[in-house]
Amino acid sequence: MYTQGLDKAGKNEVANADPETAEQLEAFQARIDAEEKIEAKDWMPEAYRRTLIRQISQHAHSEIIGMQPEGNWLTRAPSLKRKAILLAKVQDEAGHGLYLYSAAETLGVSRDQMVADLLSGKAKYSSIFNYPTLGWADIGAIGWLVDGAAIMNQIPLCRCSYGPYARAMVRVCKEESFHQRQGFEIMLTLCRGTAEQKAMAQDALKRFWWPSLMMFGPNDSNSTHSAQSMAWKIKRFSNDELRQKFVDITVRQADFLGLRVPDDKLAFNDATGHYEFSEIDWQEFFDVLAGNGPCNSQRMAKRRSAHEDGAWVREAARAYADKRAAQAAA
Amino acid sequence: MTPEQHLTAYILRLGDNALVLGQRMLELVAAYPELEEELANANFALDYIGQARMFYSYAGELEGAGRSEDDFAYFRPEHEFKNLLLVEQPNGHFGDTIVRQVLFDVYYLGLLEALTRCSDQRLAEIAARAEKEVRYHLRHSAQWLVRLGDGTEESHRKAQRSLDGLWRFTGEMFAADALDEAVLASFGGPNLADIAADWQKDISTIVDEATLSIPQETHMASGGKQGMHTEHFGYLVAEMQSLPRTYPGATW
Repeated sequence: MYTQGLDKAGKNEVANADPETAEQLEAFQARIDAEEKIEAKDWMPEAYRRTLIRQISQHAHSEIIGMQPEGNWLTRAPSLKRKAILLAKVQDEAGHGLYLYSAAETLGVSRDQMVADLLSGKAKYSSIFNYPTLGWADIGAIGWLVDGAAIMNQIPLCRCSYGPYARAMVRVCKEESFHQRQGFEIMLTLCRGTAEQKAMAQDALKRFWWPSLMMFGPNDSNSTHSAQSMAWKIKRFSNDELRQKFVDITVRQADFLGLRVPDDKLAFNDATGHYEFSEIDWQEFFDVLAGNGPCNSQRMAKRRSAHEDGAWVREAARAYADKRAAQAAA
Repeated sequence: MTPEQHLTAYILRLGDNALVLGQRMLELVAAYPELEEELANANFALDYIGQARMFYSYAGELEGAGRSEDDFAYFRPEHEFKNLLLVEQPNGHFGDTIVRQVLFDVYYLGLLEALTRCSDQRLAEIAARAEKEVRYHLRHSAQWLVRLGDGTEESHRKAQRSLDGLWRFTGEMFAADALDEAVLASFGGPNLADIAADWQKDISTIVDEATLSIPQETHMASGGKQGMHTEHFGYLVAEMQSLPRTYPGATW
């Protein structure tokens, strides 16, 4: 999902100064099992805190980097209405990034640190945003498939055991649901349009289908951190469960649009009531996560240059604030 | 031209300013150094695009030839856009964009305030809505200009250069042409001489607070209001119109 990198163990983790006792851990788990929300000031195991910081910050970074592929079509949106809707959507993503950084800050990490980790390449963001948006239909496909996949994961996160994250997700999900509908509506308009427009929609589905399935992360058998996250009720469903749910819903929507899902082995299994699909190209997934996707360098270069080019602006704002503070004190 | 035709052309010009400035701001999305500014830029750009849609839709109705907001945005050649040269200038750095916003928004706010009192009710209503938005934009941009001017030596130098560089595009705002005069006479539209006087006073206040200086440049560029643009503008139009021009007749 937006936090696929979680399946890798974190590095440079600071050892907890106070050893955690079995009683503390049991009491914490009992609160989780009783579906109590954990709040910022509550005691929590260090590993729970670290997992959440990684997950929430990766989610925030994904929102910020995710603005780039869609931003790529803002100046070329084909009608003023589409332009306004896309802009509102990209603005929502910046807003999601802001709530999520704030939610992560409740766990004792600063936004500056999180941003530094993103810019240095230490922190990850969702692999999906390393694919290019080559046509207008890609904006439809991103809303329909990428936001659709994100919602599958994020609706259960509204019940996540960590209160500030769960509450942020309630608001995020409302907006994501609108994003998903607008994406599908772009696809529908294209599919009901000219032959050229329908071909654009088909091409976008062809390129975004497999990367969308990769958003759910590795298969359960290869997802080392999942069990602990499930026990802590940070995660409620496994990667494969969510991926299957996504395929079952989305294939029917593709049929409705009259588009072909690019998988020759795709077939409905009457016995299980689910669609069967081909194995994902995991080599591609790991390559993109490792930084070798089509747009990794481009996305990071743009984020870094925005940050570096803005250094003088941040310094000016600080200097001005210092002068005003000095005047007020005088 | 009849008074209604003058009004239609005048409203289209308002739409052009809003659209072109909004389009320039869109180019900056996902490139801001701070998340809060990212949100502000997207939010303000959305307001300008929204204003352009209202102006264009109303102009289309007045014209009565069946042209939609998209026909005005996507199917007119460069020289039919009558926006000010100031709003089409390339983004440059953060200081350039802030100076452009301040110079334009002080003028635009004055214009919108005057339009809320014009005799065309629909235009007055659109102006009243836009005025609330622009008042907020201006507060934000003016605060930034003060921070940049009175921040570090580097930011002061950059902000002053931005102001010097864009100053020559401000004269055009107040050079009343036949359209401005017709809308003033027939609909009680803005009197640009009054707006110029307020603009000079307000800009001086902001520039003083920012510890910057009013540029001494006296030569003023013009032409935008007549459809004679700077070289940068053709690219903006070509990019914006590329899809509908490539696939004419398609619905998006």
